[in-house]
Amino acid sequence: MTIHRTRLRVLLAAFAALALTLGVAACGDSDDDNSTTGGGDSGGAIVSNPDNAKVNLTIGSKNFPEQEILGEIYAQALRAAGYTVKSALNLGSETVALKAVKTGQISGYPEYASTALTSFFGLEPEEVPANADEAWEKANEEFEKEGLEAFEPTPFASANAVGTTKKTAEKYDLRTVSDLEGVSEKLSLYGSPECRQRIDCLAGLEQLYGLKFKSFTPVDIGLRYTVLEKGQADLSILFTTDPQLSAESDKFVILKDDKEVFPAGNIIFVTKKATVEKAGKDYEETILQVQEGLTLKVMQELDARVELEKQTPKEAAAAYLKSAGYTG
Amino acid sequence: MSVLHPVLASFDGALEFIFEPQTSNVTGGKKVGGFDQALELMLKQLEVTILALALALIVALPIGLYLGHRGKGELLAIGLGNAGRAIPELALIALVAALIGVGLVNVTLALAVLGIPPILTNAFIGVRQVDPASVDAARGMGMSEFEIVRKVELPLAIPTVMGGVRGAAIAIVATATIAPLAGVETLGDFIINASIYGDDGRLAGAILVALLALGLEGLLALLQRRLTSDGLKLQTG
Repeated sequence: MTIHRTRLRVLLAAFAALALTLGVAACGDSDDDNSTTGGGDSGGAIVSNPDNAKVNLTIGSKNFPEQEILGEIYAQALRAAGYTVKSALNLGSETVALKAVKTGQISGYPEYASTALTSFFGLEPEEVPANADEAWEKANEEFEKEGLEAFEPTPFASANAVGTTKKTAEKYDLRTVSDLEGVSEKLSLYGSPECRQRIDCLAGLEQLYGLKFKSFTPVDIGLRYTVLEKGQADLSILFTTDPQLSAESDKFVILKDDKEVFPAGNIIFVTKKATVEKAGKDYEETILQVQEGLTLKVMQELDARVELEKQTPKEAAAAYLKSAGYTG
Repeated sequence: MSVLHPVLASFDGALEFIFEPQTSNVTGGKKVGGFDQALELMLKQLEVTILALALALIVALPIGLYLGHRGKGELLAIGLGNAGRAIPELALIALVAALIGVGLVNVTLALAVLGIPPILTNAFIGVRQVDPASVDAARGMGMSEFEIVRKVELPLAIPTVMGGVRGAAIAIVATATIAPLAGVETLGDFIINASIYGDDGRLAGAILVALLALGLEGLLALLQRRLTSDGLKLQTG
């Protein structure tokens, strides 16, 4: 009798655990792509072309909110144009993303022109053209050698920035990165794990500004404001498009990059030439069309929807496409 | 052969990465990788693993033994044990980061949570499986309940308990690769930052983690042999 009851209980526990596991798994799986958002030809500016349905596209992005929003915008817009679109919005780094394009695992993904030039083609940060079109043309020249193509840049640009709390900035009278001279030894810096060695991050601050910090601690990109808020970090590497900088401008500030170690990058959509030919003219046209509205202000607002208001990138992208009149 | 060759070639690159610093596109000329960095990251990974495993043992072993001895709380020991395995580690690190910030303490706590379920469940099952006749005999000899656990049940349960510890160790040492996302630079640094270290670095990181896991497994297997009483060894051949 007791044995029987024991078994039953073990079984129940096992089921409970299984149910929990499945529940958790289901929660994690929110990137399904059967969305009907922005579905088509009802009065929106994007016209659905039935010929495109036989073309399968997979839109990628790196795994942080701004990239995911951009990936969603492109994916939803192309779906509205009639393409059969899947998305893969969780690629770990530009190296992974570029490889995925080359091997055909994804059709294309949005990249910062500056990142493309420094990370793929070995330019020093100071060699990256400040002008968006020049940077794009330079990157595109290199991409073309490898059978790839980059579409024209977005209106907005994003860059790394040294950020801090308003309090710390006032305490040490910091306005520019150069102001850190003499005080940086007392300050701890937090940044993404790759920051330590990158010339457009810590390595640049050390070599080109000649700064030494009390410590550098690697953290997940998603924690870049948390560590400042918790008082763990004196300085943290932020992005110029971060919505927190406008929404909470009384709390956080960024220091002006007076020696231009952090090149600003506009988004260019990187894809294969073969894909462009196969997908037809709507591919490039749709992408260029929907990114026209992406000014710094709009991008910050979209980032805010996801990072501050906790909308999904999918929702934010759909709202953007709709309010800008690209979809019905 | 033609399929095998590129695979072998990438191993070549990874091995070179472990022993010789390599050039990188994004570091402004500084070389990355090499033996010193690999060793440093490996030691850090080992340190985090040992700390987390120790914490998991301190928490889970007494509870598992106690519940097993009392024959109570199966739902807790097994249900909680299994549910614990479903906790997404990265989410846990983020949660702990919000509570106490990032760093060694955060990572140790988060990884210990990963080690608790297998140790708890196996300790419980191990003790439950002990022949009730042995326990009755011990009680008849006048042993206290604590003595029964320590001198009879735990020794007889060692193979099962150590199975849990070994499982926990492997899970922890493998998962410690995400520690660079929370302020502790382990071998995950090579794996996460492909833009710096490239595919060679990534594979090198994976190889080193695998070696570390094998080494740890070997050590714990030796420990298990030492701890298992000779009578049990005879039984299992």
